[in-house]
Amino acid sequence: MAEATAAIHGEHEETSTGLNNRKLLMWAFLGSDCMFFGTLIATYVVYQGKSIKGPYPIDVFSIPVTSVSTFVLLMSSMSMVLAYAALRRGNLSSFRIWIFSTAILGITFLGFQVFEFRDFVHEGLTPKTNLFGSTFFTLTGLHGAHVTLGVIWLLSLGFHSFKGGMTPDKHLEVDLAALYWHFVDVVWIIIFTVVYLFGVFPGIN
Amino acid sequence: MTTISLPIPKRPVHPTGVWSWITTVDHKRIGILYGVTAFIMFLTGGFEAMYIRAQLAQPGQDLVSPEVYNQLFTMHGTTMIFLAIMPMGAAFFNYIIPLQIGARDVAFPRLNAFSYWTFLAGALMLNLSWVLGGAPNAGWFGYAPLTSSVFNPGHGIDFWILSLQILGIASLAAAFNFVVTIINMRAPGMLLMRMPLFTWMTFITSLLLILAFPVITVALIQLLFDRQFETNFFVPAAGASPVLWQHLFWIFGHPEVYILILPAMGIVSEIIPTFSKKPMFGYPVVVLSGVIIAFMGWMVWSHHMFTVGLGPVANSVFALTTMAIAVPTGVKIFNWIATMWRGSIEFKTAMLFAVGFIWLFIIGGLSGVMHSSAASDAQQQDTYFVVAHLHYVLFGGSIMALLAGIYYWFPKITGRLMNETVGKINFWLVFIAMNITFFPMHFTGLNGMPRRIYTYDSDMGWDLWNAVSSAGAFMLGAGILLFLYNAITSARSGEVASADPWDGRTLEWSISSPPPEYNFEQIPIVQGRDPFWAQKYGGVAMVPVAGGSGEDAVHHSIHLPQPSYWPFVASIGIFIGSFGVLYINAASWIGVAVAGIGALITMIAIYAWSLEPVNDPDDGAAH
Amino acid sequence: MSTTSSRSKAYLGGLLLLSSIALLTGCALDDPQSTFDTVGPVSQSQLMLFYWIFGAAVVVFIVVGAVLAYTSIRFRRKSPDDNPPQTHGNTPMEIGWTIVPVLLLAVVAVPTVMTIFDNANSPDPGALTVEAVGRQWWFEFRYPHPTDPDEQVVTANELHIPVGEVVNINLESRDVIHSFWIPKIAGKVDMVPNNSNTIWIQSDEAGEFYGQCAEFCGEAHALMKFRVVAQPKAEYDAWLLGQAAPAVDAVEPLAAEGQALFEGNVAGCWACHTISGSAKSRGSVGPNLTHVASRGLIASGIIENDQAGLRSWLTDPCESKPGNTMCTGAAVYNNPDKALDEKQISALVAYLRGLD
Repeated sequence: MAEATAAIHGEHEETSTGLNNRKLLMWAFLGSDCMFFGTLIATYVVYQGKSIKGPYPIDVFSIPVTSVSTFVLLMSSMSMVLAYAALRRGNLSSFRIWIFSTAILGITFLGFQVFEFRDFVHEGLTPKTNLFGSTFFTLTGLHGAHVTLGVIWLLSLGFHSFKGGMTPDKHLEVDLAALYWHFVDVVWIIIFTVVYLFGVFPGIN
Repeated sequence: MTTISLPIPKRPVHPTGVWSWITTVDHKRIGILYGVTAFIMFLTGGFEAMYIRAQLAQPGQDLVSPEVYNQLFTMHGTTMIFLAIMPMGAAFFNYIIPLQIGARDVAFPRLNAFSYWTFLAGALMLNLSWVLGGAPNAGWFGYAPLTSSVFNPGHGIDFWILSLQILGIASLAAAFNFVVTIINMRAPGMLLMRMPLFTWMTFITSLLLILAFPVITVALIQLLFDRQFETNFFVPAAGASPVLWQHLFWIFGHPEVYILILPAMGIVSEIIPTFSKKPMFGYPVVVLSGVIIAFMGWMVWSHHMFTVGLGPVANSVFALTTMAIAVPTGVKIFNWIATMWRGSIEFKTAMLFAVGFIWLFIIGGLSGVMHSSAASDAQQQDTYFVVAHLHYVLFGGSIMALLAGIYYWFPKITGRLMNETVGKINFWLVFIAMNITFFPMHFTGLNGMPRRIYTYDSDMGWDLWNAVSSAGAFMLGAGILLFLYNAITSARSGEVASADPWDGRTLEWSISSPPPEYNFEQIPIVQGRDPFWAQKYGGVAMVPVAGGSGEDAVHHSIHLPQPSYWPFVASIGIFIGSFGVLYINAASWIGVAVAGIGALITMIAIYAWSLEPVNDPDDGAAH
Repeated sequence: MSTTSSRSKAYLGGLLLLSSIALLTGCALDDPQSTFDTVGPVSQSQLMLFYWIFGAAVVVFIVVGAVLAYTSIRFRRKSPDDNPPQTHGNTPMEIGWTIVPVLLLAVVAVPTVMTIFDNANSPDPGALTVEAVGRQWWFEFRYPHPTDPDEQVVTANELHIPVGEVVNINLESRDVIHSFWIPKIAGKVDMVPNNSNTIWIQSDEAGEFYGQCAEFCGEAHALMKFRVVAQPKAEYDAWLLGQAAPAVDAVEPLAAEGQALFEGNVAGCWACHTISGSAKSRGSVGPNLTHVASRGLIASGIIENDQAGLRSWLTDPCESKPGNTMCTGAAVYNNPDKALDEKQISALVAYLRGLD
């Protein structure tokens, strides 16, 4: 009964806990990714205010612009939820609309990041410039890499659905992608708060 | 079911020979691959140690230059920890865990294969450094800013960084697999508190891996960026603190040492009850101790940094937490002894190694308590006293337990017993040699001999004990070679083993030696701890799972995961990609291109892997 | 066979223990870097703490070892049909053997914390404060000038301190992490770039004590040593005054030739070394050599400071200390066309021997 190859036959999982193996795997992976981003954020916080020359966060950050990109990413989490719900209902065309919307919103977020990075470089902030540059670009760059991988994943799911590859009983595939996507979004909320919002308070360089 | 437009080769069907090993997803074969590779790496690390001890056998020698010596001790440490002890543990996790929990394989067989091939890639990459410009030379702990490109031009450190990243991927993949396997694939009735202790320790270790490795992953990324892209993470001139590297490294590094010792404790916790004919005394307490050790292991990291200037408050806190962790460790030792008490003890070789482990671990643990006192540690830190301590816990602890595990599970894996007479000589040779090699290091350390020095003067008073240590080291080498001899000859022509040569207690002894590919004909229902013992002597039969009656029905209903190329291909992509990253700042566009090609190969492999079903639906018969 | 093996294990354990106690206390006492031969309050407190913990550890080892040895022998299998009672545990025992280690550790913890604080905080912050700078692979020492508060006295590799007094040392590094360790005087504290540390030391005995870098710092880490000379206050004051005085120009012909070479571009020493009193030699890459002849050793505590030692160092520093900056950085050593000949080396030796 407890076969290693428990395929997904409906809702009943033949596992010791009733949880699907791959779902558990995704949670375990997200646990490690938590520590990954936690360490990057900790490095950023430790070096906050320690750069011996500028530019400093207050010189380069534009909270209004980054708020828009944050909102875009948040909306992408909503479209992700809608995509999952659509697939479970069996509404394939809705699923496609929402999954591609999620990917497009993700790409938009990345676009904002690219433009932001370019602006910063023009203002004299690169990873080599100072501690702020090194920690900021590494943290947000690696986050952006996570978003990029997520976008590729979402696009694959979307294209897959054109070949009849996505059916309601394969909702787990989307569920796993959704977990990852939401995680990446939550990490961004933390980054936005700790790096951007705290960064522009007076007294913190 | 799904149509794939890429020209992906057909899935291997019943491959033979080398291909059967390259495409295997069977946990038992993967375990053997890990074990053999890890042992070869252990011999490599041992060879490096022999060189070190030859150089230090007498004062003022120049068998090797200081630069080569620094590479030797860096590679010795990195190899032993990441390429020998951890993968040897992984070999046992792989082979034994599914057998102990009553499963047919792990949760993700292809991920399992991937973690082995990636480990091999990391091992190869690290050792290629010897011939590609020089091995890393800044210690296994790579303190900044000595590892920066300013103080360490050349590629040795880059090899070190990238190999460790690759090995981290391998370890994480394996850890994810074992966490899900242990949580989700236990036989019916095998509650968590009925699992064998080796499984428990593996579970805890896997959780530690998942949480600890990302920390060093980030630290290594930051160091790599400093070296390749001139960022400032550990550049003092930019205001950075080298102490940050130490914090990040040791926040990983201390849980890492528990990753190294908990599986060993798990192995010993299997052997002692078996050869004492008694259940583990205080099983729940032993489990709890393991959990507490893992938890508290996160709170002690700065005891590696007592002399770096954290201040008396921090030093006091970490001294106290470090002392505290001695408590659950001691509790385990007492429980092992209590298991033996009033038992019926048989000193087969596995039991000798297990009890030898206890002796040596007591000594290593006590010298650890001496280190925990930050004030007196100021005299011990960075001396041979630490070298003594670490080798007592890592050799006297982990290695002795792994050797015990090999003697113990060898018959299950190969179907033959290792020779007991040779085994006993092996044990005594190793036990005595180990003490001759490492005990004198307590003396040289307290006599003022720092670590990581390629030579010393004759007027320091260190001559005698260094000579003794070196003699012991060569004796130890002989002991390990004797072990290898025993393993090889026993595998070829050792006495044939039954399914249950030791009158065991746990599920792996209820199936043939070696097990069939599908492990269990019928998955048992478990009703308590030590279920096989309960069946043999307690009249508690392991009622098979309903639904299979007779061999035919069994064979037709067992679907085993089929072999696959993709894990191997994905690892190749990682290997190639890492070489590209290695040379980015030296050969920029070529480096980027090679990195890109590697990444592309890996992504294609992962894509094909995700589309490939676990079992090919066209495959008619079972396995 | 199993009888011998388990009994032998017990005897072996006991033998190891006894020999370790004997050897530890007997043999290591007066070696140059022995932590047992303490000469001041800091190392003394650290040694006392070590003895205390070691004593507790020995007690634990004997007790636990004895039980393990006894168990291994007493409960050996007597017959294959042995059927020992399948005891699962004993809660009072578990509690007991959890509490006992906690108590033992508390006994260790209290003096530990007290000693940590005693050794961290200098008993006399206003005492003599010396700056020690770790560099690959030598130690620079900077003293407050005896007469001019705006100046410092700079020397290298030989630290003089007044006997019986607290001396505060500020620890820095110019490059990688080093560690400042004089085993007989005090446990080590690291020298971390960008992170100033302090240590206080005190020697209650006059004499010369060995120090060594104790944090791996690169190729020549093994050869990065220094000496500490503890002197009665009057002698220390005289020494400092002597060190503060500028060097006088060389008079004797060979030494004058040496000075010319030192300050000229053939040898180029002036670019890396400072000799106060010389207008030209103001380099700060290598040690201050103003009074180099007054030191017992050169090249950071590894070569005798006599004719032969100086000669061998100046002829081939790479031989004596592979990887050191003089060997890799100075043109006379990495360009065979520019190598100094014997006569030039003799001149330089004469000059340096005059800088006392």
